[in-house]
Amino acid sequence: MSFPSTSPSNNHDELAIDVKGLVKAFDGKAVVNGIDIQMPKGQVWGFLGPNGSGKTTTIRMICGLLKPTAGQGTCLGYDIITESSQIKLATGYMTQKFSFWGDLSIRENLEFVGRLYNQPQLKKLVDETLESLGLEHRQKQLAGALSGGWKQRLALAAVTMHQPQLLLLDEPTAGVDPQARRDFWDQIHRFSEQGMTVLVSTHYMDEAERCDQIVYLAHGNLITQGHVQDVIQESGLQTFKGTGKGVRHLSNWLKQQPGVEHVAYFGNALHVSGTDIQALHHTIKNCQQRPENQDIQWQQVEPSLEDTFIALMAQSGEDQRKHA
Amino acid sequence: MNQHRSKLSHKISRINAILRKEFIQMFRDKMTFAMMLAIPLMQLMLFGFAINTDPKHLPTAIYSEDNSPLVRSIIRGFKVSDYYDVKLQANNPEENTELLATGQVAFSVHFPAGFSEQLIKGFRPQLLIEADASDPSASSNAIGRVHDIINQALRHDLKGPLANLKAKPGPVDVIIHPKYNPEGKAQYNIVPGLLGVILTMTLVMITSMAMTRESETGTLENLLAMPAKPFEVMLGKILPYVVIGGVQTCVVLLAAHYIFAVPFAGDLTDLMAGVMLFIITNLALGFTFSTLARTQMQAMQLTFFFFLPSMLLSGFMFPFRGMPNWAQAIGEVLPLTHFLRIIRGIMLKGTQLLDHQQDLLALLAFTLIIGLIAIKRYKQTLD
Repeated sequence: MSFPSTSPSNNHDELAIDVKGLVKAFDGKAVVNGIDIQMPKGQVWGFLGPNGSGKTTTIRMICGLLKPTAGQGTCLGYDIITESSQIKLATGYMTQKFSFWGDLSIRENLEFVGRLYNQPQLKKLVDETLESLGLEHRQKQLAGALSGGWKQRLALAAVTMHQPQLLLLDEPTAGVDPQARRDFWDQIHRFSEQGMTVLVSTHYMDEAERCDQIVYLAHGNLITQGHVQDVIQESGLQTFKGTGKGVRHLSNWLKQQPGVEHVAYFGNALHVSGTDIQALHHTIKNCQQRPENQDIQWQQVEPSLEDTFIALMAQSGEDQRKHA
Repeated sequence: MNQHRSKLSHKISRINAILRKEFIQMFRDKMTFAMMLAIPLMQLMLFGFAINTDPKHLPTAIYSEDNSPLVRSIIRGFKVSDYYDVKLQANNPEENTELLATGQVAFSVHFPAGFSEQLIKGFRPQLLIEADASDPSASSNAIGRVHDIINQALRHDLKGPLANLKAKPGPVDVIIHPKYNPEGKAQYNIVPGLLGVILTMTLVMITSMAMTRESETGTLENLLAMPAKPFEVMLGKILPYVVIGGVQTCVVLLAAHYIFAVPFAGDLTDLMAGVMLFIITNLALGFTFSTLARTQMQAMQLTFFFFLPSMLLSGFMFPFRGMPNWAQAIGEVLPLTHFLRIIRGIMLKGTQLLDHQQDLLALLAFTLIIGLIAIKRYKQTLD
């Protein structure tokens, strides 16, 4: 299978991921419930959704780590059910939990991965990787002794050493400090410039905004997808921002008012959102007229992605994931 | 006072909290729970029923150059005794000895030509009994009973003028030839067997952790996401321990020679070939356990569950032929049983590896089946 199949539809060649109706059920309970993704090559996509929405399971099905209960598709032109070994050769998958060998040194981990992928000139490749990581002087340290941020950098370096066409990153920056997150994303964009396709799951809104497109999952269903701005606009959400003394005590009261779909704190401000602009206006006016709320100022603001997601999460209900 | 009481009740409450948590965790790990019940039951069965230090019905071959009624009486006497089980009639003395060497029989009895004639004349003819004494405890009781058996068998034949032959020292001069371990030293039998026990215990235990360690530390997901095929992973994980097993073998053999002075009758190459096969068998088994267990703890338990009958039913600690049939049947399934026959044969009796074809085939078949199970059980996905 070293020759790429010359498919009549060049659609095939442009899509890195092309899956339809993916379903995964554990013990008869669907955690992924019919997901379609058509992701063009060369882009950076963000995978968003609350815990248990099926992000990890979907990524695992795409790279052949889980067999779909139903559905079909290709990854880099290879069938995700029958050609998983080819997919593994051409993808890099970074797991949610650090999964390199803590009792091997940094260098030994990289050498191990390089050998598994049959990399020629292994020593040179590992040296270069260590240098680009800035870990040459610590190469003999055990990987298990690295801090969280360094572990993530090592993992990213290890899964990209064989120059994969597709990079699947499962919450790569969870628990990583802001500077390290920034560096990590700069690296992702450098890979993207080299032509790598990147699908990255995250809970961070600033990271989502750095993606070409986002895919939002909840309860194993694809709720929405598109550019960040489009997703915000399509939600039809209106948001009022309240600031001033005593605004924090209003939250519970506001939640019960007509037109208010959700209320959330942003720093010391309160965001009140809903899709029914009339009712929302009415409620805000009501609030302003109450004497105890004299010091609170209200203004309508552009809803943020976070507002949108909180609303989407509220609409789709609770986490129904069954923990293994 | 009141404060003191409340402190005590807090203590009890905290102990209760931990106790409940331990019970919940114990019941949740079904395999551990099952093992805690199964292992004492198994020990009870094995020690209570399977082990018998007074083995009876030991297979015996007979080569007779004399076919008189007296000889037939003695053979019948052996047959009806509890200890000897006359299975085979050899056609020549070489065959008689070979049956003993390959372990098909525990005794070979030789009636020389003119046995009956000499007996009747009162010359006390020699009856040669070669005994497999490589396991001294297995043959000693049977040997001790041989005079009684012969006297009893000839009781009806020696009548009238022959009756005086019954007097001491008896009508037959029984010559017992305890072969392979004439001094009856236990360590001659134990030390080669110990090699098999050590290999079984360490190699099965180490490889049984092979996959469970990966899945417990979370590295399995990473390993599966990379391009490595099941048999590649299996071989890569097993081969280092072939070397370890080889080193262990050398240590035991050197100790056997220099510390315990165990004789080495056979060929070293033959022995090493047999040992290698046995090492691979154990590693394949350990790897299979590793695909069955979910945690390293369970892998340990599976190893122990396998190790216990291997120790007790293989003929290592207690004579194999002393066990009831059902226990022997279980013993035949265990690789250690076959390995013990091979290594004791080569080291103590000087047999060649190919003399043990049945045992080699058994080991090969076991390895093949267990390897297939491992490959089938090994999951390339996280399902």
